[in-house]
Amino acid sequence: MTSDQARAHIEQRFGAAPGGEGSAIAMAVPLEQWLDLARFAREGLGCHYFSFSTAVDGKEQGLEVVARVENLDAGFSLTMKTHLPAGETSCPSLVPVYRGADWMERECYDMFGIRFAGHPDLRRILLPQDWEGHPLLKSYAVDTPHPPYR
Amino acid sequence: MADPEARKVIELGYGGSERLTMNMGPQHPSAHGVFRAILTLEGETVVAVDAVIGYLHRCHEKLAETLAYTQYPSIASKTDYVAAMTAELAYVRSAELAAKVEVPRRAQYLRVLVAELQRIASHCLWLGTWCLDMGGALGGGATIFLYCIRERELVLDLFESLTGARLLYGFHQVGGTRYDIPAGWAQQCRETVDLIDRRIDEWQEMLEGNAFFLARTRGVGVISRELAQDVGVSGPLIRGSGVAYDIRRAEPYSSYQDFDFKVPVEVAGDCLARYRVRMVEFRESSKIVRQALDGLPEGPISSRPGVKSVAQVRVPKGEAYARVEGARGEVGCYLIADGSAKPYRLKWRGASFSNLAVLPHIIPGHKVADVVAIMGSVDPVFGEVDR
Repeated sequence: MTSDQARAHIEQRFGAAPGGEGSAIAMAVPLEQWLDLARFAREGLGCHYFSFSTAVDGKEQGLEVVARVENLDAGFSLTMKTHLPAGETSCPSLVPVYRGADWMERECYDMFGIRFAGHPDLRRILLPQDWEGHPLLKSYAVDTPHPPYR
Repeated sequence: MADPEARKVIELGYGGSERLTMNMGPQHPSAHGVFRAILTLEGETVVAVDAVIGYLHRCHEKLAETLAYTQYPSIASKTDYVAAMTAELAYVRSAELAAKVEVPRRAQYLRVLVAELQRIASHCLWLGTWCLDMGGALGGGATIFLYCIRERELVLDLFESLTGARLLYGFHQVGGTRYDIPAGWAQQCRETVDLIDRRIDEWQEMLEGNAFFLARTRGVGVISRELAQDVGVSGPLIRGSGVAYDIRRAEPYSSYQDFDFKVPVEVAGDCLARYRVRMVEFRESSKIVRQALDGLPEGPISSRPGVKSVAQVRVPKGEAYARVEGARGEVGCYLIADGSAKPYRLKWRGASFSNLAVLPHIIPGHKVADVVAIMGSVDPVFGEVDR
């Protein structure tokens, strides 16, 4: 499958043309289609390689969850995005589809406070378990005091 | 004198079948940094692993939001301090992709040159520490370690005369490189890679003729092709599991398409396969170094004039994902720029993070001693895991 065929498949399945350039395909879907897109990427497009997932804090626009997967044989990548409305912190987990999402989503929870529904072990991963707040949120000041650490 | 009561308790409490929880780390000689594994044991066999990371977390992603594109590269080298050259390269490439900055050909070749020297230095450290972990049977324990460190020093000498630093370089900048090679450096570089090539033969002979080494690595810590892709491991790990995935080939950057090199692939997926992949990579890297020196184009080393203020380098609104093949695999920077002189958001995709995430899947079923061999074969650098 070429990246152009993959684009056509995505458009056919989700009803919107994907973005991105060339072999780097980007596709944004509503929250309720997030898990469907991941399943489709894996089973329909052959994207078996899980590269990373993360989030971006858009301040008043809410959070955006991003995951990048790849079809190594065909040489194209798919960057999947979904948008959480302001105040929403719950998102379906991709762990049932990609085992690599386990640690990545734990990091995302740690840094952004996103609760991944269906994640088997959603604990903080980089920060101590008793840390308060989620540092990569834009509302988290760099000099936030944290006794007894700082 | 021993308390007879205590002895009785031990005898009564021993059933021989219960599970034991054993803590390994965070300060453990084989941790290669600070890593804690909470092992659940049945006898000597591990049945579950809880990996605890984060001891070396320095808020790199938050920090990157507070530093300008000209300031951060020298800090970026601290994510993976064993292969700082490729870590910096991933960061500056993400800014270059987002801002569509051209890089002169000489700078591209210099980037390839240092990236490959860095791979040699990093693999030296990996081989030495891994063999040290596996202990006395391997030529007296510390022998291979000291041999590897001795050769790594030669590469660090080259970096020192190039950049003035031995570990964290600040060599790359948006638009090119900061330094050009000094007089006589090319000759010294050729002699170094020639010497290291000869030494690799010696190491290989020492290890592959050693029955203990083979017994401790063959069939140990097998990562299947499916698991490797599912978890997203990269570098020598995924190539040791039968997937020919190398970013230098898959998506050539910095003129890697000009170079002739092999991408080694092994299918066994065990510690020995990962070792074999890296041993070939050593030689392929020296080959690329020689080609880069032979073909080094003339010209400027940066497409960008010097700036008086750090705020002068701005990246237009947009996003980019830049990845490079580091010594441990896919080192990526996912950058969201908002038009200012600092990133809006920067995600570090550390190769070691994903590589380490495979451990809980492969360790169960092995003996405690194998945990050390498997950990070492993954070659984690905790600066890059915890960022």
